Amino acid sequence: MTAAPKIRIEKLNAYFGAHRAVRDVELDIPALGVVAVIGPSGCGKSTFVRCLNRMHELLPGARAEGRVLIDGQEVYGPGVDPVQLRRRVGMVFQRPNPFPAMSIFDNVAAGLVLNRLPGDRAAIVEKSLRQAALWDEVKDRLKENPTRLSGGQQQRLCIARALAVEPEVLLLDEPASALDPIATAKIEELIHELRERYTIVIVTHNMQQAARVSDRTAFFYMGELIEYDTTEHIFTNPSIKQTEDYVTGRFG
Amino acid sequence: MTTPGRRWRAFKNGFAITLCGVAVLVALAPLLSVLWLVVKNGAPALGLDFLTKLPAPVGESGGGVGNAILGTLAIVSLACAIGLPIGIGAGVFLAERGDGKFGGAVRFTAEVLSGVPSIVVGIVAYGLVVLPMKRFSALAGAVALALLMVPPLARSTEELVRLVPRALREGALALGVPAWKTSLFIVLRTARPGLITAALLAIGRAAGETAPLLFTALNNQYWNVRPDQPTASLTVQIFNYAISPYEEWRQKAWACALTLLLLIGFLSLGARFLARSPGEAR
Repeated sequence: MTAAPKIRIEKLNAYFGAHRAVRDVELDIPALGVVAVIGPSGCGKSTFVRCLNRMHELLPGARAEGRVLIDGQEVYGPGVDPVQLRRRVGMVFQRPNPFPAMSIFDNVAAGLVLNRLPGDRAAIVEKSLRQAALWDEVKDRLKENPTRLSGGQQQRLCIARALAVEPEVLLLDEPASALDPIATAKIEELIHELRERYTIVIVTHNMQQAARVSDRTAFFYMGELIEYDTTEHIFTNPSIKQTEDYVTGRFG
Repeated sequence: MTTPGRRWRAFKNGFAITLCGVAVLVALAPLLSVLWLVVKNGAPALGLDFLTKLPAPVGESGGGVGNAILGTLAIVSLACAIGLPIGIGAGVFLAERGDGKFGGAVRFTAEVLSGVPSIVVGIVAYGLVVLPMKRFSALAGAVALALLMVPPLARSTEELVRLVPRALREGALALGVPAWKTSLFIVLRTARPGLITAALLAIGRAAGETAPLLFTALNNQYWNVRPDQPTASLTVQIFNYAISPYEEWRQKAWACALTLLLLIGFLSLGARFLARSPGEAR
């Protein structure tokens, strides 16, 4: 890698109580573009990305050790406010989780309003919804309840909500796993557009999806990073036997 | 196919459903008879004069309970101002930080307090407010009612907040929203429909209390808007009228009861209407 990485991860360990779910992971994530994290269920890939915006430590009994640097700044350093960090590192979850007590508009504006961020809210909401490829579908029903949207629309709403606070990094934790193939295709299309403006890390259990959307792929197994390389390399000519077995469907 | 087994099953099914239906009727019967009696006996005396005039002196006919309606509204509003924030706040605390020993103690206390008879709460308010102030007052009545509202409200708030999915909390935290704002603006807002029901139950219960008001807010024959003065209330007025020897007063007691029912009914409807989420099915 030539340029300085956007995110550098050194000796990262994540625990649930005594169980070590992520083991000594080291990798660099370049600025802009998409890194996919793949691996069988329970391999620690979700836990890994949740360490990048310090969401992991919110679970009971969970903690993380090691270094994560974003633009050279320590994420786990003393005096780092996880709340401030999360404004720079947005996240979209496996199941769409729009706020059901708010309108579509208020959902997108939630981060702006609750964080008292300046700016023209209507303009930011429109821009975020356009970026999330949802504007045309909801522009006439911004006052409606988001629970009336389809699952795929709800997930794009959550992406718009995350984009509204203008993060630099976007963590997508299996964003399409609860969606049908058409909605999934839309999300993937969206990732293609967002890659030019954001550094995206996507966790997926769908290998075709990883191959379609990412530039680089990290393969996790049993909490360890087995191989990390360009997506093309991982899927066509992996260096490690375990990776090959997994991407060819021999296990996992 | 009609085998004996199938018919036996159908019979058991019908029997169980019938039993449930009977239970519903038994439960509804007293409720409907209360409603019917109150409307039948109260409606004739109800009128504009009744709702807006001061009580007539003994021996004169006519007059109304306008001051008691205003008094009940004032005492209950004051009680809400004191009791709702404390009850809901305590409930949120129990749900989010209440897993330790202290939370357990608070929960236990709330449960015990829920079962304390209201007249005991009244005498506590008498000691806390009436004695130091050296006078009966709307404020003392409101404190008594608030003390009654807090424990059940705290427990139901806790249950409702615990029902809000963790995913919503995470969604807000991932936007860089601080935890306290997440609790206040995302979690509570999501739990709002349930919270309103819980608050209305608490308010309705408090508004219907007489015992704790007898020696806190006392009564008043005149209009009063000052919270530090004795204040009339519908429930105390019902009590006074109902035990009187005059037929007209006893009829007024029924009309007061009907007024109180209507007041709480409209309050519930209004609060539900105001509290709907945006774009909710209506």
